Amino acid sequence: MQNEELKTRITELLPTATFDESGEWLNIMIAPQDWLLFATNFRNETNLFFDHLFCLTCIDWKTHLCMVYHLSSTKFRHNIVVKSILDNTNPAIETVSHIWQTANFHEREVYEMFGVNFLNHPDLRLLILPDGWEGKNPMRKDFEDPINMIRL
Amino acid sequence: MNDTSNNAGSSNSPLGVGGNIFPGQIHETPGGGIVLSKLDDLINWARSNSLWPLTFATSCCGIEYMAVAGAKYDFSRFGFEVARASPRQADVIIIAGTIVNKMAPVLKRLYDQMADPKYVIAMGACAISGGPFFYNTYSVVKGADHVIPVDVYVAGCPPRPEALIHALMSLQEKIKMGLTREQIKDGK
Repeated sequence: MQNEELKTRITELLPTATFDESGEWLNIMIAPQDWLLFATNFRNETNLFFDHLFCLTCIDWKTHLCMVYHLSSTKFRHNIVVKSILDNTNPAIETVSHIWQTANFHEREVYEMFGVNFLNHPDLRLLILPDGWEGKNPMRKDFEDPINMIRL
Repeated sequence: MNDTSNNAGSSNSPLGVGGNIFPGQIHETPGGGIVLSKLDDLINWARSNSLWPLTFATSCCGIEYMAVAGAKYDFSRFGFEVARASPRQADVIIIAGTIVNKMAPVLKRLYDQMADPKYVIAMGACAISGGPFFYNTYSVVKGADHVIPVDVYVAGCPPRPEALIHALMSLQEKIKMGLTREQIKDGK
């Protein structure tokens, strides 16, 4: 499905979604509270069929966080990027680990690195950081090494 | 010729090759000769010429390390013969790469498992100081000498093969002079 068709179909599903086509793939901006329903539709709609979540990450823009989901369809070979802006102080978004299994580990990583709280995640605990890690999330821009910080 | 004592390091000596000076004196006698040396010196000389490194590389310095082991640079020419995959068979550990907090206990354990005498070379900026990751990181040890003691440091990111060979030969010099950390500690 080409971008224009995708846009039409997605606008039907969610009229409040906005688009950005400046990049390689179609970017869709959505509100965090719409994400769970939206993701379910993306996965199950017969003519969208985004069965592959190939990247899940987060960006710290200092003023806010932005969740980024890269979706692909192995059947139709079309890709989209879903972005959702989160609050800086208390970021939270619904988990999609029951829709795409791969999100389980990716969300755990984003949880420990950025401090995003994934609601209803089955196993939200540290993935890479050592057990008992305390302090800030390392990938946040305001992170400072608590042990051996060298200021430049 | 009977009463002249040759320093074995001179160019006409049968035992000294290049900078690899045999520690002692040779008294040539008809039909053979007598070698005078100290046992400690002799042992150090022998040890320095058979240092087997541990196969241990944690990042890009490992590629240079492999180049040094390969045919073009070939550290077996100097007695580093073959990299061993077991710490129990290795004499020297070349820390080729970044040591992260999770790797630090592994490195310590490998070092502990090596048989004495053992030597350590810190190769490249990461092993010396944390390298490009020394600033504001949650995961990198800022210098492998926070974990195990180091005999020789090689600067570079990564060091060229020549630099590593120089470091390996510097280690040999240190061992021959009895100046490695372990030798000083044991009073040898």
